[in-house]
Amino acid sequence: MSEQMTQTAPPADVQPLAKVQTPLQRFASDYFENKIAAGALFVLIGIIFIAIFAPLISPQDPYDLSSVSVLDSKMPPGSQHFDGWTFYLGTDGAGRDLLSAIFYGLRISLGVGIVSGVIALVIGAAIGMIAAYFGSWVDTLIMRIVDIQLSFPTILVALILLALLGKGVDKIIIALVIVQWAYYARTVRASALVERGKEYIEAATCLALPQKRIMFRHMFPNCLPPLIVVATLQTASAISLEATLSFLGVGLPVSEPSLGLLISNGFDYMLSGRFWISFFPGIALLITIVSINLVGDQLRDVLNPRLQK
Amino acid sequence: MTDAAHTLEVRNLKTHFFTKAGVAKAVDGVSFTVGKGEVMGLVGESGSGKSVTGFSIIGLVDPPGEVVSGEVLYNGKNLVGLPDEEMRDLRGNRIAMIFQDPMMTLNPVLRVDTQMVETIKAHDSSVSETEAIQRCRDALGQVGIPAPEERLKSYPHQFSGGMRQRVAIAIALLNKPDLIIADEPTTALDVTIQGQILYEAQKLCSETGTSMIWITHDLAVVAGLADKICVMYGGRIVEQGEISEVLDHPVHPYTRGLLGSVPGHGTRGKRLFQIPGMAPSLLNLPQGCAFQARCPRADEACNIEPEISSPVAGREIRCCHPHLDPSEEVTA
Amino acid sequence: MSEAMLSVNNLTKNFVKRLDLAGKIASKLGSDIREEVVHAVDGVTINIPRGGVVGLVGESGCGKSTLGRMIAGILKPTFGEIIYKGVSITDMNDDEMRRAALQIQMIFQNPFASLNPRMRVEDIIGEAPLVHGMITSAEKSEYVRDIMQKVGLDPEYRRRYPHQFSGGQRQRIGIARALAVKPEFLVCDEAIAALDVSIQSQVINLFMDLREDLDLTYLFISHNLSVVEHISDRVVIMYLGRIVEIAETDDLFKDPNHPYTQALLNGIPRLDQRGIDYEPIDGEIPSPLDPPPGCHFHPRCPHAIDRCKAERPELREIAANRWSACHLNDQA
Repeated sequence: MSEQMTQTAPPADVQPLAKVQTPLQRFASDYFENKIAAGALFVLIGIIFIAIFAPLISPQDPYDLSSVSVLDSKMPPGSQHFDGWTFYLGTDGAGRDLLSAIFYGLRISLGVGIVSGVIALVIGAAIGMIAAYFGSWVDTLIMRIVDIQLSFPTILVALILLALLGKGVDKIIIALVIVQWAYYARTVRASALVERGKEYIEAATCLALPQKRIMFRHMFPNCLPPLIVVATLQTASAISLEATLSFLGVGLPVSEPSLGLLISNGFDYMLSGRFWISFFPGIALLITIVSINLVGDQLRDVLNPRLQK
Repeated sequence: MTDAAHTLEVRNLKTHFFTKAGVAKAVDGVSFTVGKGEVMGLVGESGSGKSVTGFSIIGLVDPPGEVVSGEVLYNGKNLVGLPDEEMRDLRGNRIAMIFQDPMMTLNPVLRVDTQMVETIKAHDSSVSETEAIQRCRDALGQVGIPAPEERLKSYPHQFSGGMRQRVAIAIALLNKPDLIIADEPTTALDVTIQGQILYEAQKLCSETGTSMIWITHDLAVVAGLADKICVMYGGRIVEQGEISEVLDHPVHPYTRGLLGSVPGHGTRGKRLFQIPGMAPSLLNLPQGCAFQARCPRADEACNIEPEISSPVAGREIRCCHPHLDPSEEVTA
Repeated sequence: MSEAMLSVNNLTKNFVKRLDLAGKIASKLGSDIREEVVHAVDGVTINIPRGGVVGLVGESGCGKSTLGRMIAGILKPTFGEIIYKGVSITDMNDDEMRRAALQIQMIFQNPFASLNPRMRVEDIIGEAPLVHGMITSAEKSEYVRDIMQKVGLDPEYRRRYPHQFSGGQRQRIGIARALAVKPEFLVCDEAIAALDVSIQSQVINLFMDLREDLDLTYLFISHNLSVVEHISDRVVIMYLGRIVEIAETDDLFKDPNHPYTQALLNGIPRLDQRGIDYEPIDGEIPSPLDPPPGCHFHPRCPHAIDRCKAERPELREIAANRWSACHLNDQA
């Protein structure tokens, strides 16, 4: 029997993946297995597109007083503007085209939700990593603050903050950040603690790599999956919270109406048969939040490390 | 020999998994028998299909897998296609299974006595509480657990790994089954604990006449415990026969390679025999013999799947080029 | 005998679970909650000669992994010293310590968790030498290719990610990563335990080849005595944090001195052994939180005397190159 070389032939189970498959490609192929989540993703992309390009695709700028006439107010869906085009979703109490108002409203709602989410993520992730890295009393202190923060109902905290801060987009964003950062901190800390015990981090220590490099180049990218899931679901939550606050009248000022404010404005007309003024913004909000949640759920399943090898 | 003499007879069993990546033929034409009081070692590496064979016998294969054809004859009765109710009567009662992780058997929120009594009552509701507890105590004693009364009142997390596995074995024994299927039960345990459990298992089979199928990748464990051995590769049994016969005079190139790979007394300081390459994916088995890509004796004849043949008395193999010269050394 | 390349002196590692604020209050109020200390490694002294392979054997809770990690620089010892090439690590300045850290590398057990899933293979292997200035980025590709070939991986696959490889290949990537920083001493922590038998033999052969080609010294940690017998020159047996016996491999396996070693050797299933005809050792491995006083092994030892319960046995040289920690040796 001849001596066997240590060189192994191309192994059988690498062949089906004939080319390099990056984690991103693998993730994408796993994600799109679920048709509903794939659909939700496309809806979400559509919504984001609308939000970004609202001024370009709206039939009317609802805040341009020259194109809005109070004579058009409370007209049902399908009726005509004096310039000839159609109010596809009707008009509201001030005569604004509802479709355009919804487009602009999505812009504000999504914008506020995403911006506050991103800021909360950065702050929360940093705090979470610090807690996990230093451990002992630093960790205990931070986590108790997080626990206290999370034990208050979010709406209550937001209402109190807004009562103190007043109205305005920046005030809302601050309030939303304060209400959200704790979720991110807790998620990142838990994730970082798990990764810290893993052998590839031990290997990096063994190879005498600098601490900072281990933290950011090795540990953090592997903490991302749960973070992405939380970020997605939290954004939906933030949008929903902002809508609630606007509906209650403590949110954004009237000059920058989000979907919540639109719903609130139309509320008075609900019982008199002019349901569309609240209904359509409500549907828009619903579709946005549901699609974000569906995307987030699929992300959670796909990124679950237990289902990975 | 009539069928009734065997406790279990498996005929041409095929279990396939229908996944989105293709059909994984985990078990592809497996046949063997297990007699009363006999211990059969089912040996193979990962991806050989040995665990799936065990699950198929006891009817625990979940979608996307299913038993596509073949027969599993328990005392003459075919278990494949048996209605759920009847299978449930047999499972845990006449045929029991022990898993690698004892926490697959034990419910962490129930006390040990609750779980054990439940197992008894599920198959015979006429048993009284006291009688059931007595049987549980006996079963724990049988597997070598000291102070069974206290242990009965404990929860699984209060036991060490070895103890938990013993409790799982005790549960398997409660209804005095005719057949126990053990899937790598000692792989995760320490050497000395493994030794204890192997000793108990051997005593058990010889005393009670229970048949056992011991699934493992560890040839040495099987050497000490089993009466006969089946070596699996790529979903098929490539060699089976009486234990000493197979281990001392292996005929299939894979068995020979496997035996040569195991370090031991005689190999000190020498290179171990290595089977080149890797096991094929079950999704992508080659045409014909599954082992040909790694076999030093392969040629075109291997492209046709070898039938089960019996070149030596008492031995069954699937091979086109078996090693029939008894003087050939096993090492490279 | 060649001089020691690495030796540890009275090395100890204690894991303390401190009381948090609530616990401190509870204990002041009289509850008997107290700090839990695990003496994972309890005063261990070993010499590893240059070019040798020392096998470190023990079961769960013996501290072998903790000892390995202290030597590899992953854990800091509670006290004791590690002496590398004649210089104590604590006496080294930052530069020397970094160089020593790079020369002592570790191969891990879990081929799945030991590689960063988000890094390509060429980065996993090439990162450390690049960061430490051993190669320039222009040289990296070539350098990685050479190392991959040396461990038996096809350099074609260097841009792939770990999840695209099998367990055996991932282990080779881990070995390549360690070799990339030109180590002289490798700690292998159960490096083959998670692999299939036929792959194990490939990796064992690889270790032996590398030892010759690169003049490496190994500390081979394993619970698998057959593998240790095959590959080691000298064997160290540990039990619950302490060393119980050290001997040259042939001496140990032919004539084990310590009762625990005897039990361990008795308990290994062997390919050439049919039927289990020994009495396995009784009892469970005690919890490291509450080890028995005196000699840790006395509750399970068939030859225990009164002295064993009270007094910890010292590791004494009982013959040339043989040490054992057992009071029974004093009777002679």
